[in-house]
Amino acid sequence: MFDSPADVTERLAAVDYLSDDAISTSVFLAAALGKPLLVEGPAGVGKTQLAKAMALATGSELIRLQCYEGLDEARALYEWNYKKQLLRIQATSADDDIFTEEFLLERPLLKAIRTGVPTVLLIDETDKADVEVEGLLLELLSDFQVTIPELGTITAVHKPYVVLTSNATRELSEALKRRCLYLHIEYPTPERERDIVLSQVPTIRADLAEQLARTVATLRALELKKAPSVAETVDWANTLLALGRDDLDEATMAGTLGVVLKHASDQTRAIKELGLSEA
Amino acid sequence: MSLVDRHVGFIHALREAGVPVSLAEGLDAARALRVIDLTERESLRAAYAATLVKKPGYRPGFDVLFDLWFPASTTGLYDQGPGAEGAPDPRTAPVEDLRGHLARLLTDGTDAELQEFARAMVERFGRRPAGPGRQNWFSYSVMRALSPETLMARILREVLAGQERGGLAEKTARQRVAAGTRRFEDAVATDVRRRIAEDSGVERIARSTVRPPLDQIDFLRVTKADLARLRREVHPLARRLAARLTIKHRRGRRGRLDFRRTMRASLQSGGVPLTTYFKPPRPHKPELVILCDTSDSVSSFAHFTLLLTYALREQFTKVRAFGFVDTVDEITRFFVPGADVVEAMAKLADEADMVRFGRTNYGHALERFAERYGDAIGPKTSLLILGDARSNYQPPALDVLKSLVAKARHAYWLNPEPRPQWDTGDSIASDYGTVVPMYECRNVSQLTGFIEQLA
Repeated sequence: MFDSPADVTERLAAVDYLSDDAISTSVFLAAALGKPLLVEGPAGVGKTQLAKAMALATGSELIRLQCYEGLDEARALYEWNYKKQLLRIQATSADDDIFTEEFLLERPLLKAIRTGVPTVLLIDETDKADVEVEGLLLELLSDFQVTIPELGTITAVHKPYVVLTSNATRELSEALKRRCLYLHIEYPTPERERDIVLSQVPTIRADLAEQLARTVATLRALELKKAPSVAETVDWANTLLALGRDDLDEATMAGTLGVVLKHASDQTRAIKELGLSEA
Repeated sequence: MSLVDRHVGFIHALREAGVPVSLAEGLDAARALRVIDLTERESLRAAYAATLVKKPGYRPGFDVLFDLWFPASTTGLYDQGPGAEGAPDPRTAPVEDLRGHLARLLTDGTDAELQEFARAMVERFGRRPAGPGRQNWFSYSVMRALSPETLMARILREVLAGQERGGLAEKTARQRVAAGTRRFEDAVATDVRRRIAEDSGVERIARSTVRPPLDQIDFLRVTKADLARLRREVHPLARRLAARLTIKHRRGRRGRLDFRRTMRASLQSGGVPLTTYFKPPRPHKPELVILCDTSDSVSSFAHFTLLLTYALREQFTKVRAFGFVDTVDEITRFFVPGADVVEAMAKLADEADMVRFGRTNYGHALERFAERYGDAIGPKTSLLILGDARSNYQPPALDVLKSLVAKARHAYWLNPEPRPQWDTGDSIASDYGTVVPMYECRNVSQLTGFIEQLA
């Protein structure tokens, strides 16, 4: 899939995803070793975006399974089309086998295994799903196969590239972690964040982007309930452009603080610590 | 040492430092070594991290060990003479020039430049002879020679260049320089460790330098920096705990029979209740009264525990907190929703009336509590006492405690001291332990374990 970590960096950059050493190496290793990649980190640092960028960069199809509480086998893996089965039994008198391909409804996981083209399978927010779903994933992640009792074991034609993301609201099981490569994405350094802003908002001036990135880094250093995410920095850049400001001075900042800080107590704290006057 | 030996040794050291590395993960790492370019050190680090370290808490320890087992190459570094862009020669330049160079690096330097400079500075300032033919390496002598913290004023003057002081620009610049200084300190410490390891062997130094992960750090030995990191962890931790508790509640037994629904459904089957319906279980939300020792010896423990229980407010119907040193005061008011954590802690220390003579006195505090706030405890209350049970040889007032415990639904005592130290010196842990079940609670993981069981 990729030649080297440097190749990963280059190809991700071509689709507007700025990677760093750790990200590129992990992505490269996951492809080279054929292992799933578990990406963890605070909200809004570009975990889902990474999977999307990988699909774009390699020209693969992206299959996404969004996890949520109560997600079960029937929505994640496969389901029998029982209405069709019922009709078949009523329509024909012979003892037809009603557990065949024809009656199988594919769900994302099965689809990712059976599809013939290269795929990136994104299992998003794994921590939101119940613990049982993790058990369901184990067979898929270690051997890239799915066992359906009536049909037997289905092995992947084309090993999908699996990316799992998690916000760490709960600890994923050891068994799951052991099968994956692990990548923890932290908030980017100010330099990298400046480049991200520049690539996402091309019309912004370079020095304003730099100033934004530095200010956000200062905000993150405060003890806040919720530190501003990269996505929010980009929003902030867009806000400043929309307002026609080309400088981030105290007044502008106090006026637009709501774009990056979404807790009242965080805002008061930032205003106090940074010496902004309340606008 | 061959690559395989080094790999095995590294994994062994990780396990010894408390990072759980399974056999399969070790093999994964070895496989990874075959596909990446081994001359790229950062790639190698990322490859090891991706295959072996699966929890962010283990990462700092991993980095320290990695720097020891796979040190950066240093040969040929110092022969290059003065580097590009007019950097002073690290071997001969006067200290003032070096400080100027450092000031530039702190604001604009890349990691690589900073590390290279740190190595050169350790070479020049860090060496202390220790007996014939031996030498010791110290980072403090490097720091004393260059004293990066005193560079702040000078850098600020240059960066701000006439802009007004005290504003946003200064704050941002300060933050940047502070981050740079931290990076420089880390680089120096890393290089000092590497040199010591060269002299006396990797295993020896590895054992003594790796700090335990955050949730294993002893509350009583927590440093100021650790405490700040812990505070930052409170909300994520509370979120994780809350998620786990809701799952647990939902899993619990079913509630009482829903008679109306069952009868209504039975009409379909001619009055035979084929399916029974149950009401959802009533969530068990205890009222919590926390009585905590806020004297200096255990204050970081009390603070963290208070913060955590307050962050978990949804899990408890009511939380009331009382602090004491030798007399007692209610401190609930400092934790109103949305209150600033750091400020609450500072105000708490200033305003609450918890000190009479300033020496911890459990007996007197308990008596005062029973007298003034005795009605806070009712049949629905869980009483939680936080403290080390070191009462300066004062009378323990066991009877008062007994009557308080009898009124409460549950009572627990969390002691931040390791169990072997109980009953030593002025500790009367066992005496209190006969009245209230006492738990050892030395770190965050023990604390979360306890709260999970409580709620």
